[in-house]
Amino acid sequence: MIRKNSMRIAALGVLSALALTGCASNSGSGSSSAAADCAPADGKVELSFTSWIPGIDKVVDLWNEKNPDIQVTVQTGPNGNGGTYKNFFNQLEAGNAPDLGQIEYDALPNFRVQDGLENIAACDGVLDSKDQFIDWTWNQVTFGEDDAVYAVPQDTGPMAMYYRKDLFEKAGIPVPTTWEEYAAAAETIRAQGGYITNFPQNDVNWFAGLVWQAGGQWFSNTDDAWKVTLDSPESTKVADYWQGLIGDGLVSKVPAWTDEWNNAYNTGSDWTWISAVWGANSISTGAPDTSGNWAVAPMPQWNAGENAAGNWGGSSTAVLKGSKHPYEASKFALWLNTDPEALTALNQEANLYPATKDGLTLPVLADGVPFYGDQAIYDVFADASGEVNPDFTWGPTMTQTYADVADGFGGVLGGSGTLTEALETGQEKTISALEAQSIPVAK
Amino acid sequence: MSATLSAPARRGDEDGTPDASRSGRKPRAPREKLMSRTAAMIVMVVSCFYFLLPVWWLFVSSTKSREQFGSTNGFLLADFNLFQNIGDLFAYNDGIYLRWMLNSVLYAGAGALIGTLISAMAGYALAKYRFPGRELVFNVVLGGVLVPATALALPLFLIFSQVGATNTFWSVFLPSLVNPFGVYLARIYASASVPDELLEASRLDGSGEVRTFFTIARKLMTPALVTIFLFQFVAIWNNFFLPLIMLRDESLFPVTLGLYTWNSQVNQIPEIRTYVIIGAFVSIIPLVIAFLSLQRFWQSGLGSGSVK
Repeated sequence: MIRKNSMRIAALGVLSALALTGCASNSGSGSSSAAADCAPADGKVELSFTSWIPGIDKVVDLWNEKNPDIQVTVQTGPNGNGGTYKNFFNQLEAGNAPDLGQIEYDALPNFRVQDGLENIAACDGVLDSKDQFIDWTWNQVTFGEDDAVYAVPQDTGPMAMYYRKDLFEKAGIPVPTTWEEYAAAAETIRAQGGYITNFPQNDVNWFAGLVWQAGGQWFSNTDDAWKVTLDSPESTKVADYWQGLIGDGLVSKVPAWTDEWNNAYNTGSDWTWISAVWGANSISTGAPDTSGNWAVAPMPQWNAGENAAGNWGGSSTAVLKGSKHPYEASKFALWLNTDPEALTALNQEANLYPATKDGLTLPVLADGVPFYGDQAIYDVFADASGEVNPDFTWGPTMTQTYADVADGFGGVLGGSGTLTEALETGQEKTISALEAQSIPVAK
Repeated sequence: MSATLSAPARRGDEDGTPDASRSGRKPRAPREKLMSRTAAMIVMVVSCFYFLLPVWWLFVSSTKSREQFGSTNGFLLADFNLFQNIGDLFAYNDGIYLRWMLNSVLYAGAGALIGTLISAMAGYALAKYRFPGRELVFNVVLGGVLVPATALALPLFLIFSQVGATNTFWSVFLPSLVNPFGVYLARIYASASVPDELLEASRLDGSGEVRTFFTIARKLMTPALVTIFLFQFVAIWNNFFLPLIMLRDESLFPVTLGLYTWNSQVNQIPEIRTYVIIGAFVSIIPLVIAFLSLQRFWQSGLGSGSVK
């Protein structure tokens, strides 16, 4: 826990430094979006690619073997908000940014607004690849602009419900399919001494995933102005629901990703986790004693009979501004994120879940997983993936928004305020942060 | 950090005894003495406990297997897997951790050695030679003490970018050599411990200025130099922000940045958590060794600098 906190402080330091240096170079919302020419270079090309995915160098080696004329060097660093985004901005400022960089979907608008991304729509095969990708991911990398593609989707985090099958069966509770049933189950479970799940203070993007499922969104961009809607009706609905569970003491309140949190799952004190596909690995390593007792079901629904799903996490491969070889860079990015061999390797090395439609049926994702009682859990996520609302938009100030909302959530878990109030505060602070960067805001 | 604690603690205790008896009035002296000693002991024990507790946690956690790490009490030993864990750590990702340790030793060791030499020469020159602008130079150096290294990282990055030298060994090594506080300490110590008469004598005997510095002044200044070396070694070892901004190539990382990078990947690859903890434990060992072996010099050096 100590370690994690110090990381946060470090991240905060990085952020404030970013705020200091960022203003100078930032001149309102992005420049013209016309796609530049994209022609292949003569002769051998060397590309640099910064990514924090562990083991990605092994995947890139596959490419380098087959493409002697386009050699890619992997550079690494901490995860995006841990310092790599800040480094990208520094490098863009200094004019020595890597050709390619990993950028999470929720950080892309920030890079777009600061004009850090190359429009690769004119590059060979980029526009044609649209149909290969899951609909919502394509909107993330185009920002809804015509004739524009700013990155290639890499991975996704469709959400579902992990639950302790054995405990639910023993207690005679049917697996909840709606949020109403979920709340009812929460009471039964609490009566037996357990908690249905945990409410994390700092995983604000998890909460955003729930809002996403409810059909809401926090940002939209129309006529070159940003509209901030953290307090939208859908968002408030989700907040009120969880406020009820927290207020009635039906959910545990330990900080996520700590030993305490792992322990709550390992000892069977927490019974479910609404989480993304990559969470499968978090449970199996965090709660090894419960192997074989878990199962995965679709997320509970707001209206019975629907199939809506949210998404938590995922990143893209972007060609950063100033790259001399956008043609070769986009060629590599397309291979990395669509080629079955690459997708399989990414999944094996780093549990990445593909952003392509074909990728969801990779052989490596078809098998049953022993930890989940040999259930073919990825089938559930593949279904969820198709049900994610394609129109969700992230804002250009997500790090700040997350931090402000997390502060409010912390207060709620400590017993003061409500989740709705936390979102309202986040709303206000986000608007002032946008205005401070002279980004136009639609009221 | 933990190593320094025991030394001042012991000294404070010894000092406390004569002080209390001197200041207290005669009839009440023994009682006060006992009370103040007990109070001092309690403060020392509590702070010792406070400082050592995280280190103990780190040690205990390093000895646990991944399963037991989550399920057993963090302060109590379970099955002893330390050597197994260290073996795994050194093998993970083709032994990149050992590379990081080596880098850290190189950055901190060589950097502190050369940096100390530069500080010593500058401090000695400022203390022993009279030249116009001497005080101005010294005041500028003193001003440098006030500027945190973190604030210089970004300008340094932009400068190194201009010459295309980011993401190289030198981009971290060269800035690490500069240590204004070391210059300050060296000047104070040189003026206190190197007598002008001795320098006069060596000049009369025909020794050149450089030779005088290396054969006479350096020896007299040794305690201060060890202090400067330790200060700088620790500063470079713990310097995190500069490598974070400068370096992209994993094989150039110092151990601090490497561990931070791993830690930021824990959510994605939970297995790495074990390596982060054991890595953190192993990475403090060189610092502990440096402190324990140079502790004696460190104390006398600090003391003489502060009296002047």
